[in-house]
Amino acid sequence: MSASVLFDAPGPKARRRSLITSIVGGLAIVGGLFALIWTLGSERTTAAGAVVTGLFHPSRWDIFLNPLVWERLGIGVVATLQMAGVAAVLAIIIGILFSFGRAASSKWIRLPVTVILEFFRGMPVLLMMLFVLLVFSVDAYVAGVAALAVYNGAIIGEALRAGIQSLPRGQREAGLSIGMTPLATRFRIEFPQAFRQMLPIIVAQLVVLLKDTSLAYIVGYSELLRIGVNQISNAPGVGPRYFFSLFFVVLAIYLAMNLLLSWVARLIARRSGPRLGATTGVTPDGGDPKSQLGAEGTTAITLPLRSNFDGRGDGQAR
Amino acid sequence: MDAITENIDFFVDGFLGTLGLLVLSGIGAMILGIIIGAMRISPVASLRMFATAYTELFRNIPLTLILFFCANLLPVLDFNPGYFNLAVIGLTFYTSPFVAEAIRSGINGVPVGQAEAARSIGLDFGQTLSFVVMPQAIRMVVPPLINVFIALTKNTSVAGGFFVVELFWVAKTVANLRGDQVIMILLAVAVLYLLVTVTLGVLAGRVEKKILVMR
Repeated sequence: MSASVLFDAPGPKARRRSLITSIVGGLAIVGGLFALIWTLGSERTTAAGAVVTGLFHPSRWDIFLNPLVWERLGIGVVATLQMAGVAAVLAIIIGILFSFGRAASSKWIRLPVTVILEFFRGMPVLLMMLFVLLVFSVDAYVAGVAALAVYNGAIIGEALRAGIQSLPRGQREAGLSIGMTPLATRFRIEFPQAFRQMLPIIVAQLVVLLKDTSLAYIVGYSELLRIGVNQISNAPGVGPRYFFSLFFVVLAIYLAMNLLLSWVARLIARRSGPRLGATTGVTPDGGDPKSQLGAEGTTAITLPLRSNFDGRGDGQAR
Repeated sequence: MDAITENIDFFVDGFLGTLGLLVLSGIGAMILGIIIGAMRISPVASLRMFATAYTELFRNIPLTLILFFCANLLPVLDFNPGYFNLAVIGLTFYTSPFVAEAIRSGINGVPVGQAEAARSIGLDFGQTLSFVVMPQAIRMVVPPLINVFIALTKNTSVAGGFFVVELFWVAKTVANLRGDQVIMILLAVAVLYLLVTVTLGVLAGRVEKKILVMR
């Protein structure tokens, strides 16, 4: 719904008023941010009476002239990306297995898998990391990778199942009627379509996974945050003076990585849009995938969850 | 089993801590999220831009970093209302863009025809929003909002890594005390988390069904 529907086309007076509000609002926001930055940057006197330099004082930032610092930060980035990469690959594999189990025709497979899936999805990732860490007594890296893979695998599995279910029944029937076994039909007919259709959601989940690698900080893995802030500021001759500047640099690196991956995710969402047989029946308001179940063959695949993805919907669902 | 019965106080405190974090930061995120969501659909360009930037920024910062900032850096800046309150602040800021997005997509989900019809019978901007668009949008917003709160429940566990007494902290602490019954302890904590998330999930399912009937 475009905003213009809500009010008349503004006349000169209203346009001027809106411009003034916009400028005043903008100035208020910029002023507020400036005041915040100014307060952070000015000298403070602590309760003990010592004078502390502002956060933007050069003595807090000269550490970044040292290439060793950047080297350590690089190691942190690699550690984070390595965990995210390994966990992502495993999560997709686990997700595929889960989706097969969840869509199995035998209820002896389907029901237990459903229960396990719901259990994993309702669990904090952090608790899973702790579980793996303590119960299997592995190191923090393995615990982090395992928990991230299983948790995100459960979510990807659920997305793939929704994808398989939203396919027209004719796809499966066609596969079976030309003599393919049920498993082959699932693998070679249904699954490739479901995967392609759900790709945007899977990639969005991988962005969440990258963000969640920072949880491994809490179980003691040396990732970007631990290396970049704790370890560097504890190094001899560095000290807590650089705490803030290191934190902000780590924050900027995280932001850059996540924004880049989000951007790629959006690109994929646009490119693998509802092209697959989307001549008819694309429900723009995102109808229930199940309602498409017995649809006509030509209705083929709609992308019901896509509207969720565009706003990255509940991308927070970890 | 006795590891749980012996430390039952820990579990009660932790569960209350988790619920407290959930309720307080849930309320905070609702307030902040509604403000940001309103800014995002407002006709004032500068507010819209600010709200978009805010949403993009906070959605792409890992929660661990936000809570790290709240727990370790804010006290250095002479702002220290205690770790629990600091965690509530962090969770509020982290969750607010998701609330704002849910609200915005709910309002955008109301068919244009509704607003057009309202405008064509002569309602003005305020009337259109409050009598026609909002009542429908609120219904569409509830299920995704409940999903946001389910995620928030799980996210409160991160606060346990930053000195707040809640379920994850209890899991860590009691497991340290009783290394012999780790699995039992962690499963008990998991069940307590599921108690909250499954309840919310059932609630979301009910609301969704009700809305489907109404439409």
